[in-house]
Amino acid sequence: MPDLLIELFSEEIPARMQPRAAEDLRKLVTDRLVEAGLVYEGAKAFATPRRLALTVQGVPAHQPDVKEERKGPRVGANEGAIKGFLKAAGLTSIEQAKVQGDKKGDFYVALIEKKGRAAIDVIGEIVPEVVKTFPWPKSMRWGEASAKPGALGWVRPLHSIIATFGPETEEPDVVPFKVDGIAAGDTTHGHRFLSPETIKVRRFDDYVAKLEKAKVVLDPERRKQSILTDAKNLAFAQGFELVEDEGLLGEVAGLVEWPVVLMGTFEEAFLAIPDEVIRATIRNNQKCFVLRNPQTAKLVNRFILVSNTEAKDGGKAIVAGNERVIRARLSDAKFFYETDLKVALEDRLPKFRDIVFHEKLGSQAERIERIERLARKLAPLVGADVEKAARAARLCKADLLTEVVGEFPEVQGLMGRYYAEAQGEDEAVAHAIEDHYKPKGPDDLVPGDPVSIAVALADKFDMLVSFWAIDEKPTGSKDPYALRRAALGAIRLILDNGLRLPLDKIAIDTDLLAFFADRLKVQLREQGARHDLVDAVFALGERSTGGATDSKDVQDDLLLVVRRVEALGKFLDTEDGKNLLAGTKRAANILRIEEKKDARAYVGKPDPSLYRQDEEWALSKAIDAAKAEASAAVAKEDFAAAMRAMAKLRPSVDAFFDKVTVNVDDKPIRENRLRLLNEIRAATRAVADFSKIEG
Amino acid sequence: MPDLPAHMRPERSFQGLILALQRYWADYGCVILQPYDMEVGAGTFHPATTLRALGPKPWNAAYVQPSRRPKDGRYGENPNRLQHYYQFQVILKPNPPDLQDLYLKSLYAIGIDPTLHDIRFVEDDWESPTLGAWGLGWECWCDGMEVSQFTYFQQVAGFECAPVSGELTYGLERLAMYVQGVERVYDLNFNGREGAQKVTYGDVFLQAEQEYSRHNFEYSDTVMLFEQFKMAEAACKNYLAAGWSTKGNARHHLMALPAYDQCIKASHVFNLLDARGVISVTERQSYILRVRELAKACGEAWLATEAGGGG
Repeated sequence: MPDLLIELFSEEIPARMQPRAAEDLRKLVTDRLVEAGLVYEGAKAFATPRRLALTVQGVPAHQPDVKEERKGPRVGANEGAIKGFLKAAGLTSIEQAKVQGDKKGDFYVALIEKKGRAAIDVIGEIVPEVVKTFPWPKSMRWGEASAKPGALGWVRPLHSIIATFGPETEEPDVVPFKVDGIAAGDTTHGHRFLSPETIKVRRFDDYVAKLEKAKVVLDPERRKQSILTDAKNLAFAQGFELVEDEGLLGEVAGLVEWPVVLMGTFEEAFLAIPDEVIRATIRNNQKCFVLRNPQTAKLVNRFILVSNTEAKDGGKAIVAGNERVIRARLSDAKFFYETDLKVALEDRLPKFRDIVFHEKLGSQAERIERIERLARKLAPLVGADVEKAARAARLCKADLLTEVVGEFPEVQGLMGRYYAEAQGEDEAVAHAIEDHYKPKGPDDLVPGDPVSIAVALADKFDMLVSFWAIDEKPTGSKDPYALRRAALGAIRLILDNGLRLPLDKIAIDTDLLAFFADRLKVQLREQGARHDLVDAVFALGERSTGGATDSKDVQDDLLLVVRRVEALGKFLDTEDGKNLLAGTKRAANILRIEEKKDARAYVGKPDPSLYRQDEEWALSKAIDAAKAEASAAVAKEDFAAAMRAMAKLRPSVDAFFDKVTVNVDDKPIRENRLRLLNEIRAATRAVADFSKIEG
Repeated sequence: MPDLPAHMRPERSFQGLILALQRYWADYGCVILQPYDMEVGAGTFHPATTLRALGPKPWNAAYVQPSRRPKDGRYGENPNRLQHYYQFQVILKPNPPDLQDLYLKSLYAIGIDPTLHDIRFVEDDWESPTLGAWGLGWECWCDGMEVSQFTYFQQVAGFECAPVSGELTYGLERLAMYVQGVERVYDLNFNGREGAQKVTYGDVFLQAEQEYSRHNFEYSDTVMLFEQFKMAEAACKNYLAAGWSTKGNARHHLMALPAYDQCIKASHVFNLLDARGVISVTERQSYILRVRELAKACGEAWLATEAGGGG
């Protein structure tokens, strides 16, 4: 079956857009092929800085023929109806139609055969449509055509299009179409400088090979691999180690068609700058890799650059040029760093008065004061030194006003630590300055030092409490201040450090508590906890039916919630747990039905004088014992023991359902038995709301 | 390169580099203009770019534009930051299909050989909030150094460009430092001579950098500047209002250029005020908006002139 090759050759496509564009091209073309009945065998798309390419293998040469039956009028219908039918079905006389019969008599049926079109014609319509509607994040117009409205848009000027179609054994055809004056053909160009001549291609195989000869590696994965291998080898040969950087590698692979890896040097004196700043300078501004000493893990005065050409002098001029730029950049960075060191962090604070944090929340200075107050409050709760926590909180944002952070925002916090250390701050204070932003995401480390914890929590609680106060809560997909992340960060700080922190003590109102509860649910679910168990525990705090626990400390102590969920999960994995759950559910079901029927609730203590069977007595006693034991265990926060206490209920519950009929004619006895059922439900609430548990 | 005398060669002489670029683009067919006689922040502000990019008429021009960025002054102490520097600007409307090649050949003309150097087009979308303009293009890298901006104008003064212009902006000092192999801008050989006859960039501009840095950061008369901003803004609006006339059914404008001068003036005054740090973050935005409103109104007026295609 024939193969399709497409190349869209343009001026340089931004590196960050290439992977997505290749994928879009593949999907848009193949989806339309399938829609048109052209089911293909395989497809793959590629991008280089100057081209998008797509190969589709095994496309049928023709669309399948489609047969369709069209039902017509009854035999003997009036002439008008027959005429209309012939016209609609494309027949010239009624003899061409078949006659079919059903219960009501005979009628005409026309067999319409739609011949499938040649695939090449269909493709000739599909590709221009895809080009014209291609979803570039930003597209532009260019050249003379742009004088008129409706000109083609592309990411950068589009120069030529290859579209060939044909079976492996034959010379393929050029798919005949034009987009905005560009006619599809079978030629392209090689590397801009190394092999700019025109290349004529037939199909994907020779296309890739000819490009390679013309110094273009089509496959971005291969470019990445070759850069990585060469970079590692160059580093290794000199006894160094490449600092790998996946993001940078992807970007660099999108800037070259023919990667040539070279190594450059900078003055040792620049190594006085913190490693992270050197790396940011070299990476962000120059898109080069840094190297380290494998023994010390410290950076060395070398860098790896990836050029797009094989220079006549073996790259000497290119290396020299890059070294020159890196030298200039590093001297700027060094100057920034040294300038920063001359000003003490606290001396920068007055400037924050002029910087608006949020229109309704005042200046950055006010925010810092709030964080400091919160840190003081939190410190004793998390076992941190109050003065150290306050000091770290006061200084934690100061590095935002330094030159280095102004230049490289990604080293905020870290620079604060360096400057704090340089001015002789306490080690815990310096670390808290660096760590107070953490954890920034689900993969980020959670600080463990008490001072760091206090400041990191204060930073996040202040965000949440403040934005809640001005009613700027996240809604749907909108969360401009990253408050969900802040809440999740606080939750991880609390849980990972096993902190007992009553949230209502730090100005967190019920609405914000509910938000925390929601985030915690998401977090637990992501960790694999059953969402129904999470709900079953949270539900304890939502109602105040006077269960065995005080509803408040269930919700606002996140650590206890988590422990409860864990214990509950383990309990429900046991036979006792499963049966007790079944028994409780059965009790709840009966109650629900009867309560609905009678339009009343059966609450309150059952009356022992109305017990008629031993099983009622036994259950009543078991409930009292289990309740007492479970409550005591919960009070000691020993949830496993509380579950064990619950487990003891199981035989009595089973026996009760086995031997006792609830819905008896004797009204008082029936009511009393329903109350006893309610007692089961109430007792289990010592550990969780079993009605929320599935199964 | 043709047989140039040593002192005219781009790799030896700053002025030689400028002349080589002028020569190259003159050969292509550009009109070679002289710098606009007002203070501007970049070559784009020259009416030969901003206004000529609007409207349907073809336009090919190249010129050097002294550019002033008051905030970038460093009292002559930074090796490559200046509050006054030169840009070489090329504007081609509509952009020819081989603009990238033309650009690369211009680099060759000033001594940058693509078989020896690594020349790259790295994404950089251009936007000028004050001019209400944007375009897509690249920064052009030579061995890791940005040497030019390459932009396809999509919108100027809030109007769609039809057709699109290609704009090339060469950072002349940077390019010259590169081809001369000099680390400090003030060490550039300006006239290409040696010994007693040699004049450096520092000889010409170091004192000016020191004096203007002092002026821009410490002494510029902000009361006067605030007043000047208001006056330029008002004058721009007055000239625009006075310039509209009706010929038959069509509206024409008779003073787009003088009005635009006042827009340029307002923009530069704003930059001076900004350098003095007397404009707060929130005010900043509103000043930029005010200049943009002027630029848009000037663009609208220009489109109703002869050269703007509305005559």
